[in-house]
Amino acid sequence: MARAVPTRPPTSPSPQVDRIPVRKTYKLYVGGQFPRSESGRSYVVRAADGTPLANAVRASRKDLRDAIRSARGAFAGWDGKTAMNRGQVLYRAAELMEGRRDQFEAEVAAAEGIGATAAREQVDRSIDRWVWYAGWADKITQVLGTVNPVAASYFDFTFPEPTGVVGIVAPESSSLLGLVSRVAPAVVGGNCIVVLASESRPLAAVTLSEVIATSDVPAGVINILTGLRRELVPILASHMDVNAIDTWGVPFEMRVAVEEAAIENVKRVARPPMVDADRFDWLDDRRAQRPEWIAALLEMKTVWHPIGV
Amino acid sequence: MGRGTASPASWGLGDGQAIPWEYAPAPESRDIVSLRARYGLFVGGKEIAPRGGQWFTTIDPATEEPLAEVARAGVEDVEHAVGVARRAFRRTWGEMPGRERAKYLFRIARILQERSREFAVLETLDGGKPIKESRDVDVPLAAAHFWYYAGWADKLEYAFPGRDPRPLGVAAQVIPWNFPLLMLAWKIAPALAAGNTVILKPASSTPLSALLFADVCRQADLPPGVVNIVTGPGEIGLALVKHPDIDKVAFTGSTAVGKTIGRAVAGTDKALTLELGGKAANIIFEDAALDQAIEGVVNGIFFNQGEVCCAGSRLLVQESIAGPLIERLKDRLSTLRVGDPLDKNTDVGAINNAAQLAKIEELVEIGVEEGADIYQPACDLPARGFFVRPTLFTNVAQSSRIAQEEIFGPVLSVLTFRTPEEAIEKANNTPYGLSAGVWTEKGSRILSMVKRLRAGVVWANTFNRFDPTSPFGGYKESGYGREGGLQGMLAYLDLGERH
Repeated sequence: MARAVPTRPPTSPSPQVDRIPVRKTYKLYVGGQFPRSESGRSYVVRAADGTPLANAVRASRKDLRDAIRSARGAFAGWDGKTAMNRGQVLYRAAELMEGRRDQFEAEVAAAEGIGATAAREQVDRSIDRWVWYAGWADKITQVLGTVNPVAASYFDFTFPEPTGVVGIVAPESSSLLGLVSRVAPAVVGGNCIVVLASESRPLAAVTLSEVIATSDVPAGVINILTGLRRELVPILASHMDVNAIDTWGVPFEMRVAVEEAAIENVKRVARPPMVDADRFDWLDDRRAQRPEWIAALLEMKTVWHPIGV
Repeated sequence: MGRGTASPASWGLGDGQAIPWEYAPAPESRDIVSLRARYGLFVGGKEIAPRGGQWFTTIDPATEEPLAEVARAGVEDVEHAVGVARRAFRRTWGEMPGRERAKYLFRIARILQERSREFAVLETLDGGKPIKESRDVDVPLAAAHFWYYAGWADKLEYAFPGRDPRPLGVAAQVIPWNFPLLMLAWKIAPALAAGNTVILKPASSTPLSALLFADVCRQADLPPGVVNIVTGPGEIGLALVKHPDIDKVAFTGSTAVGKTIGRAVAGTDKALTLELGGKAANIIFEDAALDQAIEGVVNGIFFNQGEVCCAGSRLLVQESIAGPLIERLKDRLSTLRVGDPLDKNTDVGAINNAAQLAKIEELVEIGVEEGADIYQPACDLPARGFFVRPTLFTNVAQSSRIAQEEIFGPVLSVLTFRTPEEAIEKANNTPYGLSAGVWTEKGSRILSMVKRLRAGVVWANTFNRFDPTSPFGGYKESGYGREGGLQGMLAYLDLGERH
């Protein structure tokens, strides 16, 4: 592809343009494939100024279940890779994001109603953040793990492991940087994820899935769905084969119901700050990229063995 | 136990005979404990009567005799305690330099050591556990927890470099009846080290060691309101965790109650840690050191009458050694001494309460009905009190309720496997993920099992070991968050997300 396809569809071919652009179909990303919803449904995605941008797929309950099954199926392989390999695979995705900067920029600008410069900053920081997290792959164990000096003749140590399948309700307003800031810490720790993209601003997430698909991230490790939160979030929150849920994009009025559903199989809950989750400053590196966000989706395993002859 | 080469492969006791020797009684004196008739709530450094004027009786489960009356807190008492804890957090404890908080915690550790026998006897009286366990495990570990976390209080900036660790505020802590003092220590020590104040709700069947701990706080001159203890039924614990001025909730107990607590705090910004049930697999490979493995299995399921969330309640034995191992295990069961918890020889004491005894007996019946083979040694049980025979089930189906549900009693289910893959499949086939055991002399196999077992603690060639420096907690429905170690501090700190 010589140049990214502009996502804002021209209202009509202008007299100077001598070819009609090829528009992109925005699809789901499940198990390494790009299905349309089995339900055949879609919804209109609009730019911040109200201009229709695309018909996004309105994923169904079955699509979501399929995605969770894909994530579970991919878990042993992803968790089983060496930490260095996971880091390299994720870094490779950043390399491919770099090549799509223009496309991401156009999508972010249209969705968020910001200018080109501001959109470019969002995109660049998204790529940089992805690189920052990729580098944690082979370091987080050393930062979080310990050898424990127990008061008896045992060798005792503790190290982190991924919790398993993580459902992520992506931040609603920050269509790319917010998304990357929640996705990267979850996968770098070895989890497999199912992401519900921003409902009103999902296009950058779909483009990210195209990046993932052409990178070395194994199929099923990252699954990205578009659709309506009121339909999908309750299913994700109550699914018994999901180990953790990230609720940054859960509408405030749904939080109690989501956490009540999540406790049914004791899901770990990664919660946003109570106030102003929508106004969170994703550009603030000090607050918006932190190893604690990796740790929140890890389990600590402690091992004991006697010391003897 | 020592088993020289001269000892027979089997004593032939496994067919239900009594042991052919006797133990002289070795009772620990209960004189060291002077029980009062009534114990009020401990709030703001003072003992206070419950506002509702209600009291309940706590009994000795080994005799069913009443021990004392204890305050039944009401909602107004909870309200009062939360206000007192909030003021103590704002005015003293939350602002106090870590080095000063540390000294209070060191004092508490020392006083627990000094009064260790008193605590051990009281813990055994109120809870039914053998005195040798309360004396050698519960009380020393409780003191060690305060000792360990005392030292962290003024070193938090080294624990979390580059972060600005601050206390969360007021912690509501609800603990179970199986290790009353030890669970208190697991909860209170890290909370106080981090600078939080606490309201602790002990289990209604074992409130006394927490109320004696109130006396330790007074002896240590701990500022009033830093530690508050409210006693009463489960609904008071629920009222406490629901209180809007609570910042942190920590619960240890059953998965069912843990979920109730999770629903109670859903949608709030309260930090929550849960240490819930388990159904641990203890996996024995054919190359294991069998003498040690059998001792480990016995310790894994009969320690504290099996009333342990991480108890090794499922024994997975490699098929090639299952027959002889089960025979030796039956032998070993026959030598367990069941009875008076205050007797220093007792291995298996009283079940903590009548409801728990009924649950254990019901699940034993279900095991028989579901077609498993039952073995119980022919020991005499005391005429009064809540006692049950150590129980072994063989020919247990993976789907059987005794292989799936947490029994929380001295009941072991034996299953077999052929390959490591099958062992992993069976071990992980439960909603729980608290602990597991692996017995093999092959180091590389231990590490591959460690990697594949979905459990928070894996004991390799040992079982049921605990230490304040060693993080403890579960995967899956066994809860989240860790207690113990550096990782245990995280449950009580805000590293910057909240400020």
